[in-house]
Amino acid sequence: MTDILTVHEVRINEEIDIVHVRQAARDLAVSVGFSLVEQTKLVTAASELARNTLVHGNGGRARIELGRALDGTPTLRLAFTDTGPGIADIDQALTDGYSSAGGLGLGLSGARRLADDFDLDTEPGKGTTVTVGFRARRPARG
Amino acid sequence: MLCPKFARRIANPQRDDLCRAISPKGAMEDNRMTAGSDPTIRDSVTAFLKDHRQDIERVWASTALFTARRPADAAEECSELLTGIVEVIVSGGEENAAATGFASVRPVLTSLAARSAGGPSGSDRPDVTVLKGPLLRLWHDRAPAETAYRGDLLLSNVLNTLRIALLEIELSAGADTILAQRAQLTELSTPVIKLWDGILAIPLIGTLDSTRGQTATESLLEQIVAQHARVAILDITGVTAVDTLVAQHLLKTAVAARLMGAECIISGIRPQIAQTMVQLGIDLGEVATRATLADAFARGLSIIGMKVSNDERNAG
Repeated sequence: MTDILTVHEVRINEEIDIVHVRQAARDLAVSVGFSLVEQTKLVTAASELARNTLVHGNGGRARIELGRALDGTPTLRLAFTDTGPGIADIDQALTDGYSSAGGLGLGLSGARRLADDFDLDTEPGKGTTVTVGFRARRPARG
Repeated sequence: MLCPKFARRIANPQRDDLCRAISPKGAMEDNRMTAGSDPTIRDSVTAFLKDHRQDIERVWASTALFTARRPADAAEECSELLTGIVEVIVSGGEENAAATGFASVRPVLTSLAARSAGGPSGSDRPDVTVLKGPLLRLWHDRAPAETAYRGDLLLSNVLNTLRIALLEIELSAGADTILAQRAQLTELSTPVIKLWDGILAIPLIGTLDSTRGQTATESLLEQIVAQHARVAILDITGVTAVDTLVAQHLLKTAVAARLMGAECIISGIRPQIAQTMVQLGIDLGEVATRATLADAFARGLSIIGMKVSNDERNAG
């Protein structure tokens, strides 16, 4: 259980919005003292999922929640929601090397490995929400 | 606010409203009941502007618009503005920001717009509406009471349209700046550096979106041909994050370089990026990688059959 401190929403409608998602995620991660490795993992996962939202979901939005776990550790949750075609075969989509768009096929599965928590909610024809959670390994400064 | 960039992004849609609000067609539609159909009021306003030229220029030069200017420059700019406005009124183009009279005051407006450039937008932007009050006061002192309001309308319309012309210049200057900076950025990020005969390096910096990545690849491949290069080093020290798209780009560039007979080395993979790439599952396969550009250069030299050695005669 975590307390949510602040929430940001970023729309994802064009390529440049992926940069905005990355910057918002990085700024928040830096502000609560995520280490450089943790920041890089978080930003990379955000970049993958934001691009999925744009390319596969025809755009959507990212919701970034800054929270605090019971033991005081800062947490960041990123939820990417689109109203695109959804994912018909979840197992296939999570298989390394499978891509429906000519990519490396590591975005979704890689983001799952980078994150501490991963949740995929999809319905064909309705859309997809992918949520990843990150915890700072060391207590926040101050 | 924790992330100002994000906040700025959200504020952006207002700009569209601004653009609509200042579009000449939309903004002026409500003022159609002008004195335009009445040639006499047009004549008397023109006569007033010509007869009281010096008074008008004097009161305009003392407005906030010109306080920062040297008196001689201010007088000259006021004079040019007034000439343009007379031309607009004579030609009946007071509702058209593209009228020739407005076109002739463009240099003055551009200089006004340039003065606000660099400052924070809003508060200290030049505002030509400050010219309206003093002008209408002078007009009221001289105009016959029964036609005064129609002259008001005409003069107001001219100055409103002048304001639109100024805003158009300011906006297009902003858009031009953005386009120019984007072009500069695309080029800046892709200098191909010759380290040695046959060894090229390309330092990649910041965010590699598809445009910039593509430009980088193209200029590297071109230079491989032009310089008969056998080694191409892609240095990613300045890249903040390597996601699958960037990785795919690096791999494709490496394969393309190899097809052209050059070996590709990727250097500058920092610890946090290496860790992230492993977890992401990215495998750079047969592409050689080195931690630093120096290591990659040393490898490149050995590929072309050179080596760096101590010069013992000068070492001690």
